[in-house]
Amino acid sequence: MSSTRTYTAYARPLWWRTLVTRESAVITLTALVIVYSILNVPNFDGPLTLKFLLQDIAPILLIALPMTLIIVTGEIDLSVASIVGLSSVLLGVLHEGGLSIPVAGLLALLAGAACGALNGFLIAYVGLPSLAVTIGTLALFRGVAVGLLGTKAVTEFTERWTDLATGTIGPTSIPLVMIPFVVLAIGFSLLLHFSTFGRGVYDIGLNDEAAHFTGVDVARTKLILFVLSGAVSAFAGIYYTLRFGSARGDNATGMELQVIAAVLLGGVSIFGGRGRLHGVIAGVVLIGVIASALRLESVTVNVTNIIIGLLLVASVIATPLLSWAATRLPRRSPRPEETTPPKQATPAGV
Amino acid sequence: MTPPTEVTHADGSGATASEVLLVQPSTLSPARRTITGLLRSRELSIFMVLIAVTIVATAKNENFLFSADGWRNFLVNPSLLLLLAVGQAVVVITRNVDLSVGSIMALTAYLTGRLFIDQPGLPIIAVFALCLLAGALLGLVNGLLVAYFNVPSLVITLGTLYIYRGIVLSWAGSDRVNAGDMPSDFLALGNKAFLTIPVLTIISLVVLAVVGYYLHTARTGREFYAIGSDPDAAVLYGLDVRRRIITAFVLSGALAGLVGVLYTARYGTVSSGVGSGIELQAVAAVVIGGVAIFGGSGTVWGAAIGAFLLVTINRALPSLGIEDFWQRAVVGVLILGAIVLDRVLSKRQESKLADARELSA
Repeated sequence: MSSTRTYTAYARPLWWRTLVTRESAVITLTALVIVYSILNVPNFDGPLTLKFLLQDIAPILLIALPMTLIIVTGEIDLSVASIVGLSSVLLGVLHEGGLSIPVAGLLALLAGAACGALNGFLIAYVGLPSLAVTIGTLALFRGVAVGLLGTKAVTEFTERWTDLATGTIGPTSIPLVMIPFVVLAIGFSLLLHFSTFGRGVYDIGLNDEAAHFTGVDVARTKLILFVLSGAVSAFAGIYYTLRFGSARGDNATGMELQVIAAVLLGGVSIFGGRGRLHGVIAGVVLIGVIASALRLESVTVNVTNIIIGLLLVASVIATPLLSWAATRLPRRSPRPEETTPPKQATPAGV
Repeated sequence: MTPPTEVTHADGSGATASEVLLVQPSTLSPARRTITGLLRSRELSIFMVLIAVTIVATAKNENFLFSADGWRNFLVNPSLLLLLAVGQAVVVITRNVDLSVGSIMALTAYLTGRLFIDQPGLPIIAVFALCLLAGALLGLVNGLLVAYFNVPSLVITLGTLYIYRGIVLSWAGSDRVNAGDMPSDFLALGNKAFLTIPVLTIISLVVLAVVGYYLHTARTGREFYAIGSDPDAAVLYGLDVRRRIITAFVLSGALAGLVGVLYTARYGTVSSGVGSGIELQAVAAVVIGGVAIFGGSGTVWGAAIGAFLLVTINRALPSLGIEDFWQRAVVGVLILGAIVLDRVLSKRQESKLADARELSA
């Protein structure tokens, strides 16, 4: 956020900067929880646990990819779960109307991209705040989904396709849905971390005016991100529908907050400009593992909520808490003069 | 809508020749200024939409307004969301957001039921006080975290949304509090009316009036706006930013706590799922009512009308011949329409200020 932070960041040697990061903290924590669960939770290393764990978190994993890029630009997309619901309903309605699953799925994907384009247009070109716009489209897309199907549900799907959604890769217990996820994860990593477009995404998050002057097409970048978010959410919706064999208007209600919680837990700053995809993926897995381990321990699902909430709060207050503690401890090695950053008035971003 | 202090300032030729004013002080009389201000206000436009919806719905179906039940529902149904919207508006004006209100509401709703079951002798007023206090405490947690760690309220209250909901889920489990568990005096409160105006509506209107008057006239009330429009400037100006932000969250929490009790009185049954998702409705009401999501402008009056409109539209749709499955889509269109309208209005204001600046330069 402030320039002083950038300078002090370079005060550490390279190995420190690459190894001691928020992302590695999340990954370490995830690994510790996994090891602990394998050792102490009965049946956690059973074959079905991994399958169900991955199937459960797959939609969140998928949507977290574009959501990370959007939050890095300093925007937010609250409408993703509604797009999941809408694409689910469209798939059901179109399939019932006689279209095959691939054709209906393609149309649902296009509809998802169109939903994302509407968000992106209002945010990037009209210049409206994304929080407000996507609260509006959250209601709008969910409303269309519920309006199209009412309280009915479409449950007749070609078995070949539902088998595909619940199937695993050969004899392993890794669900098939992990293949498109890995492809998308590599794609999004390349886009965010190894492309000019990705540098632009960070620039926008740090300072969108400066990004504009360095030649980043801010509006176009945001529009593309929201379209991607819509399309990936629709894909997650299609997977969700086929996995449970049920297209309903209220599918995946409230999932947007789960996705955002996972992304923030993974070390992405809500102010934008900071965060990496591997941290986010670890964040989603962490939540999934905790939920799964607690379920096996037959602890009620409710405790999971408390733990996720505590982790989320801890993940944001850890940094200020540590830097406060650092000012109280005697310095061991001399470090460049650290000018105190101007006292921030409030958390500026909503 | 201009506060009295500005009126004296405009009349009392406070501006010397050396002072460059971007906007000339109005030469109209205070009364006319109030009227034109009211006519041009953002709140009026949303109020007209509310009136129009009500008229059309009543024209289609007289019972919408002109029946004992219709009138009562017209007034009672919005009152809970209205209270949440008032609290949310104060938080949003300071450039924050409180997503935990639905979970706070669920906690105090269940607390109400438990108090009546476990402490049968407890007077109703004590239950109200305890729930208000509980809500205020939960809000205080939000406020302290946001104000002292300089972290975004969206993240903190998203976290406490899960934590508070988790607490009520583990506390209540699948247990339900039913009407039979509570004294009839308390439940009657949900249906009682005074001069045909339901008590619940009166409570929410009184809260609205107090908060609205405070924000509009009190010095500390105006500070909420100063903090929201420029947090850094507010610090430099010497405002106690932390204290105001904590106050905003405590108020929002306390009102959510109150809503929990009123919900129990009105509906008689409480399960652990009460109020899930209502936080986004409260934010929606605030946005529709013209409070800028980035703080610093808008009024609780607007937020209250927004809440009223949201609930009324939902009830009006069936009588307008639209299946009520579509109500959320209509709400979505309404929110988008409201923020586009705000954008247009602020553009106009901006160009007006820019013109004035050019003239004075």
